[in-house]
Amino acid sequence: MPDALSAPMVVEFPFTRSLGPVQSAFLTGLRARTVLGVRTTAGRVLVPPVEYDPETAEEIRDLVEVAATGTVTTWAWNPAPRRGQPLDTPFAWVLVRLDGADTALLHALDAAGPDAVRTGLRVRVRWAAERTGAITDIACFEPCEEGPTDHQVTAHGGAFAGDAVTGIVAPARLDYTYTPGRAQTGYLAALAERRTVGERCPRCSKVYVPPRGACPTCGVATAEQVEVGPRGTVTTFCVVNIKAKNLEIEVPYVYAHIALDGADLALHGRIGGIPYDQVRMGLRVEPVWSEDGRHPDHYRPTGEPDADYDTYKELL
Amino acid sequence: MTGEFTGAPRNVAVVACAQSDHRRRTDELSEVEMLMPVLHEVLERTGLTTADIGFTCSGSSDYLAGRAFSFTMALDGVGAWPPISESHVETDGAWALYEAWVKLLTGDADTALVYAYGKSSPGSVRDVLTRQLDPYYVAPLWPDSVALAALQAQALIDAGHTDEPALAAVAARSRDAADGNAHAQLPGARPQGEYVVRPLRTGDCPPIGDGAVAVVLAAGDRARALCPRPAWIRGMDHRVEAHSLGVRDLTESPSTRLAAERAGAFARPVDTAELHAPFTSQEVVLRKALRLDDSVLVNPSGGALAANPVMAAGLVRVAEAAGRIHRGASDRALAHATSGPCLQQNLVAVLEGEARA
Ligand SMILES: [Zn+2]
Repeated sequence: MPDALSAPMVVEFPFTRSLGPVQSAFLTGLRARTVLGVRTTAGRVLVPPVEYDPETAEEIRDLVEVAATGTVTTWAWNPAPRRGQPLDTPFAWVLVRLDGADTALLHALDAAGPDAVRTGLRVRVRWAAERTGAITDIACFEPCEEGPTDHQVTAHGGAFAGDAVTGIVAPARLDYTYTPGRAQTGYLAALAERRTVGERCPRCSKVYVPPRGACPTCGVATAEQVEVGPRGTVTTFCVVNIKAKNLEIEVPYVYAHIALDGADLALHGRIGGIPYDQVRMGLRVEPVWSEDGRHPDHYRPTGEPDADYDTYKELL
Repeated sequence: MTGEFTGAPRNVAVVACAQSDHRRRTDELSEVEMLMPVLHEVLERTGLTTADIGFTCSGSSDYLAGRAFSFTMALDGVGAWPPISESHVETDGAWALYEAWVKLLTGDADTALVYAYGKSSPGSVRDVLTRQLDPYYVAPLWPDSVALAALQAQALIDAGHTDEPALAAVAARSRDAADGNAHAQLPGARPQGEYVVRPLRTGDCPPIGDGAVAVVLAAGDRARALCPRPAWIRGMDHRVEAHSLGVRDLTESPSTRLAAERAGAFARPVDTAELHAPFTSQEVVLRKALRLDDSVLVNPSGGALAANPVMAAGLVRVAEAAGRIHRGASDRALAHATSGPCLQQNLVAVLEGEARA
């Protein structure tokens, strides 16, 4: 069998999230270089603030302003910053209890080296030059000389100049190396030779295309490779009327289930070479290969008479 | 008695276990291809077929392989047609075990197949796990899993609960123990290495790898018929702590303590504990929370420091503990599983073998 294939794959998604009243005030406050906490009924000040007391689950909204200075409660030296982290030079991860707060905030500390960091170190916020209402408005913390203060928190209404921040966009990107495994590697290698292969279940004899390495009915590995097609029959279809992003295909077009000759499972494909409103169940089709030859771009009518319903009804 | 809860407690046991050899990468295998031999092995041990299984439950995460609904593909290996009674948890398979246990307790099924798998090799698991963090205040900073564990380790050192030589000893003991575990990814002594995120060195961190595990549960007489010495589940419970790390005392694990209490772990001493502690420092926290002294054999399998297939490593702990009871090497064992940063969620199961003649 051919060597296992692999290809880079990137999963990226911009999650748009709305904020509740407390989170909104906190992130709007960061934009204005102000750190807000929330006071629980028991009198504890939580920074960063949450909308529900983690101990009682009671809703809390009593905002207070805390200092931009604080004390490191624990730390970890990061010699090799990774993509997306706050600083691109070695730094310490820190939990910082800001003066006036009873809980700690996670962030990065810009320090000369691990010997310059310890639990109990006094630090202050270094604000980002451009602030948008996000946790990254705190660029990082930096050591400061100022000793611990007996900071009295002050009540805060949560209002700041300008529109309140009511949502964040949290972009995420993860990089993978995709390896499709034995069965799909065989399938893709055959496609590169303009052949379509499936695998036969040793127990029920069904031929699966594309093969996934297992028979979902019997729960056993499929191994015997079987060449199918190239021709096949449209078993069912739909008409697509909305243009997909980054796709050149003009709408409307037909997307169909196609049972290749010799296969016991229909695969998906686009139907071309015929007006969309003339596609029908039973239409006999054949693949038209993409220019790079790696996969069928679409399927077109062969000109044969339509297949009898009885020949494909089991594959619907 | 399907669907009818009589109120009488049922006894449920782990009757068979199987796991893959955990490896750094399995490029030649898809998820279902990696999982299938494990499913076949566990069924073979009981003589059951898919059609005999009353309930199937799995644990995995799409974020590891970067594929949406990847668990539905894995179902191909189970033989899910004609339709089976099936469920999935998007976390460690130990929580799938919990769901299956409850299903059997209600009398809704007599047998259950529980499996879990994780392929970490396609992505960077340190970064992937950041996506489970609070999306407002934490995830935008991308603190990776080693960094968060290192914050906890430093808190333990500052509190005087451990030091770097003690952590190195945990690593050495675990990997020595793994010499006797044919499935382990990192058996045998190896250097502690450089700091990954200080104070944690390479040796304090789990290996990254791919693997799968499956167990079969059965109730009452079915369990006795399927296994000479069933590992009876005497209790199981799971608890969660506040998600904000700065709210928690990272040197304690009250959720583990409470789960253990509710599972009955403190009613009588256990002889074995399989702890899901991917980082050496987390074993320090768990030993304290579970009140384990030197009379208890901890992680004879090598634990997660020897093989840590993410989403399967917790269920592997149950399988290892149950396996020792099956073999007569343990009479009362504790299995622990964790999920989330710095031991955020914890599950404890207490397993017992019946007295031998
Ligand atoms: Zn079959």
